[in-house]
Amino acid sequence: MSTLSATPLLEIRHVEQRYRGTSGDEGIVILDDANLSLYEGEIVGLLGRSGCGKSSLLRIVSGLARPSAGDVIYQGQPVTGPVNGIAMVFQSFALFPWLSVLENVEFGLRAMAVPEEEAHRRALSAIDLIGLDGFESAYPKELSGGMRQRVGFARALVVNPSILLMDEPFSALDVLTAETLRTDLLDLWCEGRMPIKSILMVTHNIEEAVLMCDRILILSSNPGRVASEITVTLKHPRHRLDPEFRQLVDTIYARMTQRPVTQPGREGHFPGMGFGMILPQVSTNTLAGLIEAVGAPPYNGKADMPEIARELQMEIDELFPAAETLQLLRFAEVEAGDLHLTPAGRKFADADVDVRKKLFGDHLLAYVPLAARIRRVLDERSTHQAPADRFAQELEDYMSDRAAESTLRSVTTWSRYGELFDYDEAARVFSLENPQ
Amino acid sequence: MTLKWPDFPSIKRREVPNYWDFLAFTVIIAIFIAIAQGARGMVAPLSPVEATPISLDYWNLPYYALRTTLRMFAALAASFVFTFTYATLAAKSRRAEMVLIPFLDVLQSVPVLGFLSFTVTFFMGLFPGSMMGAEAAAIFAIFTSQAWNMAFSFYQSLRTVPRDLEEVTRGFHLTGWQRFWFLEVPFAVPGLLWNTMMSMSGGWFFVVASEAISVGNTTIKLPGIGSYLALAIEQRNIYAVVAAVVAMFVVILIYDQLLFRPIIAWAGRFRVELSAGQSAEESWALRIFQRTRWLRSISDWIGQKFMWAAYWRLPAPFSKTLPNKGDKHLSRLLDVAWYAVITIVALYSIWQTYSFIATELSWGDAVEAISVTFVTMVRVVVLLALATLFWVPVSVWIGLRPRVAERLQPLAQFLAAFPVNVIFPIVVVGILYFHLNPDIWLSPLIILGTQWYIVFNVIAGASAFPNDLKEAAASFGAKGWQWWRDVILPGVFPYYVTGALTASGGSWNASIVAEYVRWGDDKVVAHGIGSYIAQATEAGDYPKIVLGIAVMSIFVIGFNRLLWRPLFGYAERRLRLN
Repeated sequence: MSTLSATPLLEIRHVEQRYRGTSGDEGIVILDDANLSLYEGEIVGLLGRSGCGKSSLLRIVSGLARPSAGDVIYQGQPVTGPVNGIAMVFQSFALFPWLSVLENVEFGLRAMAVPEEEAHRRALSAIDLIGLDGFESAYPKELSGGMRQRVGFARALVVNPSILLMDEPFSALDVLTAETLRTDLLDLWCEGRMPIKSILMVTHNIEEAVLMCDRILILSSNPGRVASEITVTLKHPRHRLDPEFRQLVDTIYARMTQRPVTQPGREGHFPGMGFGMILPQVSTNTLAGLIEAVGAPPYNGKADMPEIARELQMEIDELFPAAETLQLLRFAEVEAGDLHLTPAGRKFADADVDVRKKLFGDHLLAYVPLAARIRRVLDERSTHQAPADRFAQELEDYMSDRAAESTLRSVTTWSRYGELFDYDEAARVFSLENPQ
Repeated sequence: MTLKWPDFPSIKRREVPNYWDFLAFTVIIAIFIAIAQGARGMVAPLSPVEATPISLDYWNLPYYALRTTLRMFAALAASFVFTFTYATLAAKSRRAEMVLIPFLDVLQSVPVLGFLSFTVTFFMGLFPGSMMGAEAAAIFAIFTSQAWNMAFSFYQSLRTVPRDLEEVTRGFHLTGWQRFWFLEVPFAVPGLLWNTMMSMSGGWFFVVASEAISVGNTTIKLPGIGSYLALAIEQRNIYAVVAAVVAMFVVILIYDQLLFRPIIAWAGRFRVELSAGQSAEESWALRIFQRTRWLRSISDWIGQKFMWAAYWRLPAPFSKTLPNKGDKHLSRLLDVAWYAVITIVALYSIWQTYSFIATELSWGDAVEAISVTFVTMVRVVVLLALATLFWVPVSVWIGLRPRVAERLQPLAQFLAAFPVNVIFPIVVVGILYFHLNPDIWLSPLIILGTQWYIVFNVIAGASAFPNDLKEAAASFGAKGWQWWRDVILPGVFPYYVTGALTASGGSWNASIVAEYVRWGDDKVVAHGIGSYIAQATEAGDYPKIVLGIAVMSIFVIGFNRLLWRPLFGYAERRLRLN
């Protein structure tokens, strides 16, 4: 299905979304000037990591959320609330546990006062289409994840939408189940057996995007912005091992790890600068493991990101933050989809636990201003203690309170590993003393 | 197993009583004062209503039991209506919320039993010359023992509806009515059911206490087990007391087996966590229902009608717009008006309370009320501690043996539902016979009914204790006190707090009945706020009733906020096993 008609089914024009803080009038920008046209017969993927506003964008398209600025035009009309021709499939399935499969699928129809008989008939045919026959009277609890998501699809399809929105529909499933479901969905799509005219999907899985989409929009994070667009011309069915497929995956990796041009400097990957930088939640085990893996053969200090992602079975949602944290700490460099260790990184890879901790602590102090700041305050005070809330409040000048909380948690975990300072969770107090 | 333990009200409000609590408290007390003053004028012309006299004939007991049960369910129905309206309003409207929730919080702690006589006069005024007034007053008393925690639970659920499910309902243009029945109510069912069960237990207690109501010199006896019991006590008929106990036992058994267990088993489907393999609740009654064809077709028919009603929508077009974020000025204006109304009401309440206190009460009264409340507090604390020392080890022992727990858990729940006030007279006979000190020997009565909450909660906690932790403890050779301190006590602590919290609240309430018990013309009285309120009620001394209730409420609120909530917060943060 590649016949593109001239007028788009759906248009997103200059959409902007702000997170409204408690104090700030303006709020923090989540989505910045997003533009997108969706044409009949295409699957478009929104690819980005968490925090890039892709789910917000999907909710704006569906009419579940209103943008702070900009318009969504569907069939010539502005979207100001949930629209009839747009249906959504959820990452968490969002099935009603108290309704059976059939009742879940009928749900949308009957809520809109479709006569019972007709709702029943249409629900049964949707269940049939999606491969759920025999499960009509089961409750979601009795089904496996894959079957549950099929119910999610049937429920969305039964109302005959022209656009299907999918919010990471396969990410809660195991690898095999996800693949089966993707293939089944693609088969239905290619054979034109579904009423939908176009699909807009959100994903953070690069291979999934290349496998399914005709166009991929890469969103950058903080604020979310459409960074680039890639058209996929491969014919269905696509094969993951196809060189062209691999080439495309590599390209996307490279683009997604590219430093934004607007923010020079090494901290460029994380929003905010210096003290007010939002730190990702990455465990020190992941960091150490990643350094070790890259340091060891066959990579010997330089690894292709898609390759290492596959080997370590890491989603980009884990890999990118980990790689960029290493970059922030000067243990590695990220360049054109490659990750290569710095001399310090190599030293870390070869060292034993105590040396590693020392090295990590030193780098933390040198390159993460927040860690240095907390340490300095603790050093200066005679009690060697300081309440966490004080730093949280300072951080909230730069970021939302949730981001402040998670940034503080990250710096705590890292500092504990680097033995810079300790934290008492119950009292919410940082201290220099280690437990006896 | 029982229902899933719903979370404790972990609303992000400060634990220490705050400004809003004070406001709600003052308004509630002012309302009581208003009723008390209004009631004073109404007591005299109250014509004794011609009622069918109660007889101690055993053959009347089934009929009385039926009347008592009907009263109970009428109150339950009222509680549901209240829950669905009050809590929904509180959850949906920001302005309503800031007033309604503190009210609910305070009302939960007010011992309404002492207030029965006020409400009687009010309801008698509504239905002059008929028993309906007394009937309504009794039902209202039961209602006040049930409604608050149900409404609270429902409010909590409404606030925590999963976002994705909510989005589905919006995506499909559900009307408010449809969303209520398809999403909000089903989601609230587990917590609501648990609270309903708690409420029913409290309700049985109250229904027995509220059927024989004295107003001034006249005593109205509504046909029911409570009145039967009251008459048996008056006539010192121990056989009739035993008969009442047996009747009550049978009623609770029937209600437990035919109504509650099946509903709990059926309600398992409303749990949102989507994992199978959780131990499913069993009910023989439900199984019969599901397997017998004609019963099944009845329930299917009801289910269909329910669906039909729940899907009902006004034949109006869907509203296609989301609420606009504009109109800030109007909203701000409304806020100002709303605050103004609240302030006026609060000021008026404060003024009324103040003038009431100034004219009717002296400092001596306050000192007396507070000091007897301390006595009751000591009683509650000591007995809770004793019950804990005895029951926690026993319950852990039971809970770690699944086959024993399976049998004893329902029994403990059953005992918690049993209104122990029916056996008070038997205890009193003993006290009189052996010339015991009532200050000591009446005390166990306040924990008699409520200790079971500790028991079945701790049993549940011990049976839910993860097997791998048990094995780890065993493989490291943890034994004796170390095992208790480091392994099982932290494991059951969250459950214990849930149970002890309920037990503590119930014990305060029970003190009104337990510290002042009669047998014929003999009165056995223990010092305490309970007997203070009970005696003031008997004497029709309204100022003292209001004072007693106010002081007791303050203590209960303080107890909850300063002890139980922090403990609960601690259990949530540190000892949660998942």
